[in-house]
Amino acid sequence: MALESLDIRRRSASQTSPPRVRRRAEVAKLIDISRCIGCKACQAACMEWNDVRDDIGALGGSSYDNPIDLTDRSWTVMRFYEEEVGDRGLQWLIVKDGCLHCADPGCLKACPAPGAIVQYSNGIVDFQQDNCIGCGYCQTGCPFDIPRYGVTDGKAYKCTLCSDRVAVGLEPACIKTCPTQALSFGTKEDMIDIANGRVVELRERGFDQAAVYDPQGVSGTHVVYVMPHGDPALYRMPREASISPLVRLWRSSFARSLGVVTMVAVVIAGFFHWMKVGPVDPDAPDAPDARPPREGE
Amino acid sequence: MTLSRRQFLKLTASGVGATSLGALGFAPGRALADVRNFKLASATQTRNTCPYCSVGCGIIMYGLGDRSKNARLRLVHIEGDPDHPVNRGTLCPKGASLLDFVNSPDRLKFPEYRAPGTSQWQRVTWDWALDRIARLLKEDRDKNFTVRNAAGLPVNRWTTVGMLAASAASNEVGYLTHKIFRAMGMTAIDNQARV
Amino acid sequence: MTNHWTDIKNANVIVVMGGNPAEAHPCGFKWVTEAKAHNKARLIVIDPRFTRTAAVADQYVPIRPGTDIAFLGGVINYLVSNDAIQHAYVRAYTNAPFIVRQDYAFDDGIFSGYDEASRKYDRSSWVYELGPDGYAKVDPTLQDPRCVYQLLKKHYSRYTPEMVSSITGAPKEDFLAACKTIASTATPDRTMTSLYALGWTQHTVGSQNIRAMAVVQLLLGNMGMAGGGVNALRGHSNIQGLTDVGVLSDLLPGYLTMPQEKDKDLDTYLAPRTLKPLRPGQLSYWQNYPKFFVSLQKAWWGDAATKENGFAYEYLPKLDRLYDILTVFELMHQGKVNGYICQGFNPLAAAPNKAKSSEALSKLKFLVVIDPLVTETSNFWRNAGEHNPVDPARIETEVFRLPSSCFAEEDGSLTNSSRWLQWHFKGAEPPGEGKTDLEILGELFDRVRALYAKDGGAFPDPIVRLAWPYVLPRAPSPEEIAREYNGRALADLPDPKDRTKIAVKRGEQLTTFAQLADDGSTAAGCWIYTGSFTDKNNMARRETDDPSGLGLAPGWAWAWPLNRRILYNAASCDPTGKPWDPRRAVVRWNGEKWVGPDVPDFKLDQPPESGMAPFIMNAEGVGRIFALDKMAEGPLPEHYEPFESPIGKNPLHQRPVASTNPAARIFPDDRAALGTADKFPHAATTYRLTEHFHFWTKHARIPAVLQPEQFVEIGEALAREKGIRQGERIKVRSNRGEIIAKALVTKRLRPLTVAGRTVHTVGIPIHWGFEGLTHPGYLANTLTPVVGDANVQTPEFKAFIVTVEKLGVA
Repeated sequence: MALESLDIRRRSASQTSPPRVRRRAEVAKLIDISRCIGCKACQAACMEWNDVRDDIGALGGSSYDNPIDLTDRSWTVMRFYEEEVGDRGLQWLIVKDGCLHCADPGCLKACPAPGAIVQYSNGIVDFQQDNCIGCGYCQTGCPFDIPRYGVTDGKAYKCTLCSDRVAVGLEPACIKTCPTQALSFGTKEDMIDIANGRVVELRERGFDQAAVYDPQGVSGTHVVYVMPHGDPALYRMPREASISPLVRLWRSSFARSLGVVTMVAVVIAGFFHWMKVGPVDPDAPDAPDARPPREGE
Repeated sequence: MTLSRRQFLKLTASGVGATSLGALGFAPGRALADVRNFKLASATQTRNTCPYCSVGCGIIMYGLGDRSKNARLRLVHIEGDPDHPVNRGTLCPKGASLLDFVNSPDRLKFPEYRAPGTSQWQRVTWDWALDRIARLLKEDRDKNFTVRNAAGLPVNRWTTVGMLAASAASNEVGYLTHKIFRAMGMTAIDNQARV
Repeated sequence: MTNHWTDIKNANVIVVMGGNPAEAHPCGFKWVTEAKAHNKARLIVIDPRFTRTAAVADQYVPIRPGTDIAFLGGVINYLVSNDAIQHAYVRAYTNAPFIVRQDYAFDDGIFSGYDEASRKYDRSSWVYELGPDGYAKVDPTLQDPRCVYQLLKKHYSRYTPEMVSSITGAPKEDFLAACKTIASTATPDRTMTSLYALGWTQHTVGSQNIRAMAVVQLLLGNMGMAGGGVNALRGHSNIQGLTDVGVLSDLLPGYLTMPQEKDKDLDTYLAPRTLKPLRPGQLSYWQNYPKFFVSLQKAWWGDAATKENGFAYEYLPKLDRLYDILTVFELMHQGKVNGYICQGFNPLAAAPNKAKSSEALSKLKFLVVIDPLVTETSNFWRNAGEHNPVDPARIETEVFRLPSSCFAEEDGSLTNSSRWLQWHFKGAEPPGEGKTDLEILGELFDRVRALYAKDGGAFPDPIVRLAWPYVLPRAPSPEEIAREYNGRALADLPDPKDRTKIAVKRGEQLTTFAQLADDGSTAAGCWIYTGSFTDKNNMARRETDDPSGLGLAPGWAWAWPLNRRILYNAASCDPTGKPWDPRRAVVRWNGEKWVGPDVPDFKLDQPPESGMAPFIMNAEGVGRIFALDKMAEGPLPEHYEPFESPIGKNPLHQRPVASTNPAARIFPDDRAALGTADKFPHAATTYRLTEHFHFWTKHARIPAVLQPEQFVEIGEALAREKGIRQGERIKVRSNRGEIIAKALVTKRLRPLTVAGRTVHTVGIPIHWGFEGLTHPGYLANTLTPVVGDANVQTPEFKAFIVTVEKLGVA
């Protein structure tokens, strides 16, 4: 267990205590929206490095969004919003969406499959598809609606923050490729320092509301944003991000002991259900309401 | 954060069930967890230049194999050259997906010929194609070459066959193209500077 | 670029007009970001569309397509009226003080010397008044009414803010705010850079768009300065190199020009090209033209080029007209072209008026396509339904398709926009039986030459005697070719300072074009590339040091000329040789010679007080505000409407012939194919998206994922007017054809008020076609007109007119 290239801090649905001797600096990605030109190089580099290729879809978004949403093979997408913002007039807000690598990850907390979601000591939250049972909890546990299911293998995928690159001392692929330094990578401490510096610069340029987005509801994130107009809602990000109270509840010890009792009941009920209805078709598509709507959130 | 009724049921029912797996002692002894292995450890590196726009970004191409005789080099990854003074390791979306150009299913692999009036390609040999093209060029040049103009001045001009040169071809290719076709007297030489 | 990519970081103001670098050149655009971050630079974007460059701009000003000169003329008027010019620079380094000939005139949109029948100017009055000594007359006080400065002032006085706003549609206050920011760089310690691309060139007034900015930059003293310049962001990876080696119908390598019919012998050819100084003490570097030309002829024909035969001058074809791509397709359409070779070029997609191109290709006897990819051109005969509705049975062209290697599979150099020649290395084999372009050329030429050697034929000499010293005649190596264009000594070359000594031994590679000779003792295939491949391949250099901190990177690759990174850099010093701005000193006079972190663009031992001026390629030594007789449509840029104009008439001129560029060439059929504003009321422009590169990347999976499907952008107001909703299919028609695509309804295209009426702009990205991994689409050039810039024939893709119809849900 101590042989991994990155030490593990937390593992889903596991009691075993991870090694705590070694200290690795916590890393972070900084997304400076004021510098982003929406070129999608990050999307391209992400697919290229991770050996995934999304479908050639159709023009569907309201702007240049393609693919129009995150998928099991698009772990990051650019979202484009045309907004009239006060005196500044038309602003084309371009937001890179993808996993924020929460310090307190809702996906990991919600995950019932032992070891399917891990958090490394450097802060990266990674999915281990070998252990994933495809239950969908991580989606519901995520305050940012990030994980997506593979159409072919039914497993959950999302940004790994290129844990394979970071493990050998490289920056993630999206960071490296970003032409305008809208993306930076380093220790969380450095990223916060840079982000605060950028906010000062932006205020000098007249963006009075510029702010850093590092939501404390999930104890901060390992992907932080500089938002020139400040208000996260303008960028379709939650103002108050937090893990659903339900997730906290069912992962508590109360729920666990309650679970032993209910499990017996569930098995019995399930048996009768099976006798009456037959087996569940594993290929049946999930209900369309699995993902909350984004617009106007 | 919004939860639909269905999500709520799904979470509470099976969530509690799964939570209990661990309590019942079903936790696997060792849940393997490691990052994906770094895929470029011994790949062959070659320096090159992005062929798209005129920024001329430096790139590093990673090839399968170590250039040994029995390994056919195939590129598996391309990323920016961090030493390059302009791009400093960065690449745009086109540059970041150069691998898919190099390995495109639409790459041509063999010389092909489409006969007049037909609607398919047929595979031909290089020798057949080049012999025939050389002969077509010579026949047309011999027939239509203008040695002297109406005023009797030597003009050595061949206007009936034209050449468009590649904007992503190297200087060496451009130079040799120019040298060859001017020597044949060709006037209709152009490149992509205009379009 | 006069400057280079990294140099953008040194600018205080960045004007992006006629380009969209955040989308078309993202990695170069990073230096704009750097200038903003570290230099507090202001970014102004002037464009018909709110682009991804505009998304990060400090100021965005909308203008109607094809009205850039009106805008820049207004800027010139603002600078001159508000005295926001750098006086010392303008007096010493521009032709502002020069006196123009008495009979030069400009009236109602037409300059002196116009002949309406031939649509050509007699340009003989557009020159300086010469004194008895043969030199141009000047008035250093700039007061003479015939001096360039006064003519300029008068010419642009018509470009008032109100007029600018009326023509361009740019709100007056936005225009004035941009002027103010631009004017802030008229001081020696602030510079502005201009970044442009095909948004300026693809107009019937393309060259003059650029000239207008050159005038602005000269007035502001920004030429030759770090962080200044007029910077062309070339469209393709090596279009700079292809142009440098002269692969254009009227050029030879190194910007030497092709002989015309009237140039009957070598002396007649050389005389007008060998420019004598127009002012005392000027260098006039083109005086060396014969050395460059003779060295070229020696590189091409070796021993067959002798002094006696005029260095094989007879071997070169003599042009009777221009054979640009528009002319060639016109001739092809008339059945006058029999064969065509497309090497990595997809003209069916890239040339204007696809219907005409398709008919023209169908009239060829044979077509040879050399390409790494499937192209629309190679498959022009293939019926692809609505997207290429042709009948193969009726197309008698025989077509060859030869697979070439791509960049990754060959060695060689590419010249980027910074004029850097960068060497690259092969990292894989081409798939299947693919060959490199050099092999294909070698194989083909060797066969042609053998046929001529064996059977004879029309004037075989230039072919059989072409210098072909390559070790493998059917596979010349990139290094052999690079050595050839760099050049070498054919005899021992004496040291010019002490002719008893030998400076370069016979057979050695040359290190500078100053070594070239006109007596046949040197060979160099492209004089501006001399120095690129000396005793070593300088193009492969990888030193990353930047001692000056100005981003010159002098040890990285090799820049022409002579590894100089900023052209005209002697103009970065005042007339005493001291840098105008010590913080961005690239060269200076140290009392004995010119030194600095960059290679001085000057005669190294020439003291500044000698009066030699820094624009050494010009016979008068100074930068030209007034272009003399060098431009087809006039010495000062003037606003002319696009050939297809949504307002029909030029608000500046009464004479109908001066509505559009009076010197632009248009063939009769192409004129007949122009539409009128009553039927096609909307302004249209074609362009790239950042996710794609022309018609290549639709063959690559990831870019196809990132922009999978053809669309046309329309503003919300036009969409409302037509009842078109997001994603609905629309038909866009011009007088030459129609395309059907999904509508992308956007706030980023807003209606403009032009000459009292509302003009909508329709945006048409170009990247789709009937081949590739993306969804099939229409070639955007189905819509575009065949009419080019009056000087260089670049087609007017950036301003034409269309109409839009709603088709309904996809």
